[in-house]
Amino acid sequence: MAIAIAIGVPAGILITRVNKLSSTVIGIANAIQAVPSLALLGFLIPFLGIGTVPAIVMVFLYSLLPIIKNTYTGLSNVDSAMIEAGRGMGMTDSQLMRMVQLPLALPVIMAGVRISAVTGVGLTTLAALIGAGGLGQFIYRGISMVNNQMIVAGAIPAMILALLVDFALGLVEKAVTPKGLKNTNGKEVEA
Amino acid sequence: MIKFENVAKRYGDTTVIKDLNIEINDAEIAVLIGPSGCGKTTTLKMINRLIEPSSGAIYINDQNILKADPIELRRNIGYVIQQIGLFPHMTVEQNIGLIPTLKNWPEDKKTARIRELMELVGMPPEEYMSRYPNELSGGQQQRIGVARALAADPDIILMDEPFSALDPITRVQLQDELFNLQQELHKTIVFVTHDMDEALKLGDRICIMRDGEVLQFDTSENLLRHPAHGFVEEFIGKKRMWQQPEYIKAEDIMITNPIKATPSRTLTQALEIMSSSSVDSLIIVDDKNKLLGIVTAKQVRSNANKAKRLEEIYERDIVSVKLDDSMADILKLMAQNDVGYVPVTDEQGRLRGLITRSSLVNVLGDRYVGEE
Repeated sequence: MAIAIAIGVPAGILITRVNKLSSTVIGIANAIQAVPSLALLGFLIPFLGIGTVPAIVMVFLYSLLPIIKNTYTGLSNVDSAMIEAGRGMGMTDSQLMRMVQLPLALPVIMAGVRISAVTGVGLTTLAALIGAGGLGQFIYRGISMVNNQMIVAGAIPAMILALLVDFALGLVEKAVTPKGLKNTNGKEVEA
Repeated sequence: MIKFENVAKRYGDTTVIKDLNIEINDAEIAVLIGPSGCGKTTTLKMINRLIEPSSGAIYINDQNILKADPIELRRNIGYVIQQIGLFPHMTVEQNIGLIPTLKNWPEDKKTARIRELMELVGMPPEEYMSRYPNELSGGQQQRIGVARALAADPDIILMDEPFSALDPITRVQLQDELFNLQQELHKTIVFVTHDMDEALKLGDRICIMRDGEVLQFDTSENLLRHPAHGFVEEFIGKKRMWQQPEYIKAEDIMITNPIKATPSRTLTQALEIMSSSSVDSLIIVDDKNKLLGIVTAKQVRSNANKAKRLEEIYERDIVSVKLDDSMADILKLMAQNDVGYVPVTDEQGRLRGLITRSSLVNVLGDRYVGEE
């Protein structure tokens, strides 16, 4: 997950800077997303074998798209007047990115990270198929034994885990969102 | 001094600025105005190189800015844009301190400067420093915008329609504040607007542009009185001058052919002249048309000896005004001295016209009523 952020955000930044790349990069990320997850797992086995490593790689690949896409959308939707104000005050490109564009795009980028995290948790249950263990094991055992209780025993904790991750990231998002961008409830603004 | 030399800007086949040659003096407010698409904002943005000219050169204090480092250049030019210009994710303090931060000022110097500027624009630092822009009203935001532009004490400030998003009352208030600030600070301000009232109010000189060309760059008074171009007159509005009493001069409201007489005329002749021209006073001039005084019908009649000459009785101690005295001053003068008429002279003291109460009523009546 951290790796996905580490690669996805810079990739998103890069394609905002170099516009020509944007459709290619987003296209590739889209294509990966479009591969059925089961097929992707199977496809990875010849290269990475079975176990935890291919499971992590799969989750990483699926996480990329929402992060890249949201970073790109977030950055390209920053008001051009803001960018011009920054540039007009003598910011270099990197200062502009660090001090203006990234902070303003942060809520959208964080939304991408949350989507990635939740789908990621859901996906890891599949990893049981290639022997990575985890909650998925209960689910598959339950399916093969036609034991609904066992399916539920795996599914519910997985759901709770996903919700917890989302909740935790929600807190992170709140903490990192610049205060001035939040609604200021009830504060008087006098003329 | 900012100097544009043969500056042109083209985007593909369209020419936005054609051969621009203007000079903006130090410590003046130069207003760029014109209909949308006239190139005023483009001109402004070329000064801090947000837009690069296609050809020509721009000099600031004889330095060609096209050869300067744009980042450094911009940090030394204040820039105020519409309301949206404040960064919403930064506090008032961070917004104002932005350029000092970029310039790596020491923290204490920066804080002191921020406080000073907030006082200057009338926003108590204790109350507002840690607020975010969305907690401020539009007028307050723009005050912070002005403070931010002043932060590094630049000589030049560029303002791109800074007040256009404000309500009319706040706008007038901020215009006044800017005007007062300028009396203290003497910055070179380039101000873009589409509001002629704002331009007349703030501009030391106004540059009227259309289709990428400068039609006239002059003081507001000259624009009103001597528009160089039909469009200038139309753009300013023909009636505008009459709404600015300080720009209405004696020559605009005087009668140009007053009835006059030389001092050697006899009183009988004087009465004859007055009755044939239906006036009740004569202006006394010498043979070179130099103003000497005035005589009224009453003075003439009260003298039994009609063979006397005017030179013996005419009033020498009179008030007169010059051609370029303003109407406001003339009205004041007439009220103070309780006179119903004032002769108008040129610099050499020669009579050029006469203003009387009835001529004022006629002239102003024509202007205000006749045009409606």
